[in-house]
Amino acid sequence: MRRAIPLTILAVVGTVLIVSVFLPPLENLGEDFTLFFDIIAVFAFFLGGGNLVRIHFNKLWRKRKDWGFSIVTLFGFFFMLVIGLLKIGNPGGIGADPTAEGSWFQETFNYVINPLQSTMYALLAFFVASASYRAFRAKNREATLLLLAAFIILLGRTPFGVMLTAWVPESWSIAQIPNLAVWIMNSPNLAGQRAIIIGIGLGVVSMSLRLILGIERSYLGEDRG
Amino acid sequence: MKLSVFLFVLLLSISISAQDEPSDTDPAIIVPDSELVVVAPVTSLIAEDHKYDKGDHIDLSWVPSIDDQLLDGTVIGYKLYRSANGGEPVLVEEFPPGTNAFTDDGVYSDSTYSYFIAALSENYAAESNRTAPIAPEVEWLNLHRGWLFLIALIVGGSVLLFINAAKRGTKLFVRKIAGLEAVDDAVGRATEMGRPILFIPGIRDMDDVQTLAGLTILGRVARVIADYDTRIFMPTSRSLVMTAGRETVKAAYTAAGRPDKYNDDMVTYYTDEQFGYVAAVDGVMVREKPATVFLLGAFFAESLILAETGNSIGAIQIAGTARPAQLPFFIAACDFTLIGEELFAASAYLSGEPMQLGSLKGQDVGKAIAMLAILVGVFSATVGLAWDIEFFNDIVEYLSDVFSAR
Repeated sequence: MRRAIPLTILAVVGTVLIVSVFLPPLENLGEDFTLFFDIIAVFAFFLGGGNLVRIHFNKLWRKRKDWGFSIVTLFGFFFMLVIGLLKIGNPGGIGADPTAEGSWFQETFNYVINPLQSTMYALLAFFVASASYRAFRAKNREATLLLLAAFIILLGRTPFGVMLTAWVPESWSIAQIPNLAVWIMNSPNLAGQRAIIIGIGLGVVSMSLRLILGIERSYLGEDRG
Repeated sequence: MKLSVFLFVLLLSISISAQDEPSDTDPAIIVPDSELVVVAPVTSLIAEDHKYDKGDHIDLSWVPSIDDQLLDGTVIGYKLYRSANGGEPVLVEEFPPGTNAFTDDGVYSDSTYSYFIAALSENYAAESNRTAPIAPEVEWLNLHRGWLFLIALIVGGSVLLFINAAKRGTKLFVRKIAGLEAVDDAVGRATEMGRPILFIPGIRDMDDVQTLAGLTILGRVARVIADYDTRIFMPTSRSLVMTAGRETVKAAYTAAGRPDKYNDDMVTYYTDEQFGYVAAVDGVMVREKPATVFLLGAFFAESLILAETGNSIGAIQIAGTARPAQLPFFIAACDFTLIGEELFAASAYLSGEPMQLGSLKGQDVGKAIAMLAILVGVFSATVGLAWDIEFFNDIVEYLSDVFSAR
């Protein structure tokens, strides 16, 4: 029974949503179900928050390894919760929008959370460099081809690339590095991406059918194989 | 006499003051005749029911004002008015010069509507004739999507056909997927090293099919982990994914006969914030140094940050996503990458169950249709463009119509 109910819900909702694509009066059902999902997700948020607090309190209480980080986590959690709920520093008072300019909640977001997020995002630049260094080593024929394509695209997007092949006559404009870079992006690259997207579409169809028919149950912990 | 003159002046002033305030229902602005920039109204205004909808659209088309066709800037735009059930007309939309069609999506099937358009100069509005009243109709079947229905029927039917064939015992060949072949080795490595396994299900919620695909793989992987008695840790960025992940891992441990080894701390929630989650997971990687990292689900800008951190700690990494933009990052930083459809095929592949493998074979029919359409399309477009042959150009147009049905 514990498995039958979710499987039945999945089968019914899945089938109705597929059919609704072809029946205009039902075409908004997808949006309705998304709304139901959002409502469920809001309730689940309490589970997530509760779990976070429980785990870190536990870690702190038992003085487990790296318990110091739990103090930071719990402080951040409760600090934001309190200043958000009590609208501390909010110019409009307790009834105002918690994200109003000047409120502690918004100020903390602007001057602590935002810079921290930007810092994490900025790491990407360094990781791209280290990943490129490994990926573009000419170990074999395919890797050499990749290196060559990357080199042309990088060069094609710099003024130096434009300057380098500016002398090539217009009748051979495809040989100009910027145009070659555009061709690589718009032809071989796009063709490859579309092939992957077609495969993804078919994969989604196949997996959805397995889920709707109840053949795929491993997400419920059942292994029929 | 004096009284009648007074009344005449009074009525005149009232009528002028009423006309001084142009409203949406009366676009005309009164100026001296000599200064009026008179323009011709639009003609042939036609209102038609929008086909294959639920009765909430009306298509309008018209021939622009002749003064607009001269392109001399006399016509500065158009205003479309709608009257519902014979009531007062209300402004629906304003258009720039040159517009000749519009679909009104603010209508209901239980009312009738008529329309007119005012062609505007800088100080004059020329109204068109009103359309005959029209009531939008509800259609029960969207025949615009006929081709989509047929293709879905063929692909879906093939999947079911191969599932049935597999049920009857037909042997089906499925090519080897290196990333999935490596799952047992990756879990074994973690066991030998005495280090945990990190499973990252992406940053989207349960309504994303990639997250669902990640969880189906988790079910298989957790079973192997439970068999090997290795530790698994799964940080999530969505509460529902945490709940579903716990159920999956718990069931896998129970199925492996080790329910006592499971605890809720194996699957935990950190934050919905993208980079907050990345910071937390990176911290876990650096501190715990997992031997194996699975990155299976929907990933965005965080893909490379996570994969590179995993790489830096020497973990064996198996990644998979259906987001083409993130695939190059995983290929560069991970040991094995499940590309697109392989992510969705992974659970069926790992199960080895004939019925599941049958569903993978069904996809091949879809691929065959796609390949045939691409070949015919490319050939027709090339020949049609090179020699301007109408027949081939028609094929390209027809294929575009078939595959862009909305």
